Amino acid sequence: MTATATLNFNSCRDKLALTPLLGLCPLLAVSNSAISALTLGLCTLSVLLGSSFCISLLRNRFTPALRLPAYMLIIASFTSCAEFLLQAYSYALAERLGLFLPLIVSNCLILGHAESFASKTPPLHALRDALGLGLSFILVLLVLGMLREALGSGRLFTNMDLLLPFATNWEFICFNSPPFPLALTPSGAFLLLAFLIAFKNYFDQRPAQHQPAPEPEPAGSKRVRVTGQV
Amino acid sequence: MADLLLLLCGAILVNNVVLTQYLGLCPFMGAGGRLETAFWMAALTTFVLTLSAAINYVIYRYLLLPFDLVFLRLIVFIFVIATIVSFSDLLLRKIAPLPHKMLGIFLPLSASNSLILGVALLNGEQANSFIAAIFYSVGAAAGFSLAIVLFAALRERLVMNAVPVPFQGAAISLVTAGLMALAFMGFAGLG
Repeated sequence: MTATATLNFNSCRDKLALTPLLGLCPLLAVSNSAISALTLGLCTLSVLLGSSFCISLLRNRFTPALRLPAYMLIIASFTSCAEFLLQAYSYALAERLGLFLPLIVSNCLILGHAESFASKTPPLHALRDALGLGLSFILVLLVLGMLREALGSGRLFTNMDLLLPFATNWEFICFNSPPFPLALTPSGAFLLLAFLIAFKNYFDQRPAQHQPAPEPEPAGSKRVRVTGQV
Repeated sequence: MADLLLLLCGAILVNNVVLTQYLGLCPFMGAGGRLETAFWMAALTTFVLTLSAAINYVIYRYLLLPFDLVFLRLIVFIFVIATIVSFSDLLLRKIAPLPHKMLGIFLPLSASNSLILGVALLNGEQANSFIAAIFYSVGAAAGFSLAIVLFAALRERLVMNAVPVPFQGAAISLVTAGLMALAFMGFAGLG
């Protein structure tokens, strides 16, 4: 799940599948409303872009033993910057995210991308991949945030004007009484994310059933490496 | 003394760091697949968390606050935590090579465990004495250990059950964690 060394960040589908599991802490913690989800998503995206670019530029200078502490320091510096920028932009919003704004540092998504992608590719390539990863993180965060807000409180896009000054009357009421108040609690967060993942798995597996079964490979044509680990 | 015990119990049960405050979910989901791994992960996290929280609190209280350097806290905390994680990596390799191998990638990833950094940040904001900070850290570590060991025990049982195909893997683990969180909500009445 967090085996960063073996991840493949290339395809878009992989990214969407990975983001819920790597960025689990912030994903569940701030997805209780669309505004928190979007704000933390944007902050994470900017930290991801900055740190990927820096690590990719410096990738030939790290010695293996000091690699991880160096990545952590770079990510921590960018997170501090993002924290101060958000506090300057809207202090109420920064208060709302609370502990999870500085905790962007400990998002496994960023460290995983640094370790498995940014440290091996030139800066522009790393930047492009980081953009894709960050946007898919925002997408998952926003979907879960909207779902939890709508089901748990019955209204959607409350206080959107904290982040977007023009969004003063975006709030609308979906349900007169909240249909599923549990959605706002930690338990509801776990359950809803589980159902989202299961939903995605279901649709991923469906087309496979309609396709004709692939022709069996001739025996002995493929060498399989046996590692003893399952 | 009663306050401190209340703080300890609160951190373990009422405000369980994993199941009600969303901290440390990465190792919780990742290393909570097998009971033995979960035990070692709990021991490692307890060691790193308590030690780093103590050092970070002293640095925060007596170095960063008096010299008005609070804006550097994130970088300093991460540096201390990464050092302690590297140290425990060497220590564990020397004294217990088998668990070291079992933990694998999760050992270096402890440096980016949100629980360890989160407790350091919370202590800086809320704890009013060194003793209170230590008690809160021990409580948080015990809460994490309790949650991950229970979770691993549940998941070992799950392996033998027929789970619907779309739910296999991550989804059923999240459902399990969700039900555990629901059970821990019952402790809220204690506070």
